[in-house]
Amino acid sequence: MKRRTKRSIPTKYTLLAVTVLCVLVMFASFTLNLSGGPLNTVAGYVFVPMQNGINQVATWVINRADDVVSLQNVQQKNKELQAKVDELTQELNTIKLEQYELDNLRELMELDQKYPSYEKVAARVIGNDGGNWFSTFLIDKGEKDGIEKDMNVIAGSGLVGIVIDTGPNYAKVRSIIDDASNVSGMALSTSDRCIVNGNLVSMNEQRVIGFTDLKCDEDTVKTGEQIVTSHISDKYLEGILIGYVNTIERNSNNLTYSGTIIPAVDFQHLQEVLVIKDKKKTPAD
Amino acid sequence: MRRKLAVFLIITVCFLLQSTLFQMLSIASISPNLLIVVTSSFGFMRGRKEGMWIGFFSGLILDIFFGSVIGFYALIYAYIGYVNGFFRKRFFPDDIKLPLILIAASDFSYNILVYLFLFFLRGRFRIDYYLLNIMLPELVYTILVTIVLYFIILKINKKLEKIEKRRASKFV
Repeated sequence: MKRRTKRSIPTKYTLLAVTVLCVLVMFASFTLNLSGGPLNTVAGYVFVPMQNGINQVATWVINRADDVVSLQNVQQKNKELQAKVDELTQELNTIKLEQYELDNLRELMELDQKYPSYEKVAARVIGNDGGNWFSTFLIDKGEKDGIEKDMNVIAGSGLVGIVIDTGPNYAKVRSIIDDASNVSGMALSTSDRCIVNGNLVSMNEQRVIGFTDLKCDEDTVKTGEQIVTSHISDKYLEGILIGYVNTIERNSNNLTYSGTIIPAVDFQHLQEVLVIKDKKKTPAD
Repeated sequence: MRRKLAVFLIITVCFLLQSTLFQMLSIASISPNLLIVVTSSFGFMRGRKEGMWIGFFSGLILDIFFGSVIGFYALIYAYIGYVNGFFRKRFFPDDIKLPLILIAASDFSYNILVYLFLFFLRGRFRIDYYLLNIMLPELVYTILVTIVLYFIILKINKKLEKIEKRRASKFV
């Protein structure tokens, strides 16, 4: 009796096939701007529930450990905060007066309110980039909760990043400190525009990100100036706080300024974020 | 089948730990690369083919969740698994020197490739900085984790091979 020999393809050909496949898929997803599609769905259902679980347990443990340490600090902090509350209440009163005045003026000019209150969804951070090169992370809300690509993500009052990919039950967020992130920003008081780019080196060394191409008059933008998202950005909603100017210097062309920004959000301890469900509408849409 | 399931479980657990727990335990915002340990050790324990496929799937998971294009990490990990497969003949389970060297070399070359393709090509030229502050710390941390993780993988592999041998001998 003749036995059928099982023929197997040599490994180097399989490697070649895998290489070709990967390169093709890379080109396809790069040029057509595709994401995983069905892969996202499968992976979402397999991995995300487990990530959720591990995260909850780990967060609980770390929180308990923190409780012990923080209790000592809390009383001290409480005092400081009370002083701050007094100070801020005073400030708030002044602002309320101004707001009242502003409202009146706006009514007169029949202007719509400039910053509508956006609809937001709270989400939990469930996983960070596995490597050490980039700062993307996963949140536990996805298409099923109405999350779409290009939605802005904030935490507290500051900008965190933007949704770059979604699965059924998770979404991938690129933070503004990611080395490949660029945001169009502007100085709050002068409305001078600049480009805010995430930078791995400066983030690691001093916990700051960079900005470039700020065109402004001499000495109008100083250290401590608030940088917010600009009105010309096509993906970021206008007026979200990015951070505060840390250093600023004139470029060698004598026209533009560049420097560093301290982000308004504490990216080290990011646990919960808010996703703004309103997307920026550009005339092209 | 049993082996495939076991390998899938190992990859899953390592991916989950890498993206959650070890991010919280990161030292100076550097965390170890567990999937490289899995890919590399299956490479030299089981040969080129298995190393390649395990690398491919480990990379694919990373691509789906954290990559900017699908296929990039999959390709790098597949090649790392494949190259590690060449050392199968020199591998002896009791000797930890070769695995440590291979895993260290894999992690280092992985980081060099990521730097070249995703940073160097975008005009980030400070290789000395990235070398000292990203690649080397990750290397050290990964090796520390390897010392534990490698023996777990080795034990699982031994058990699987035992079961497979017993089954094969039944059919003689």
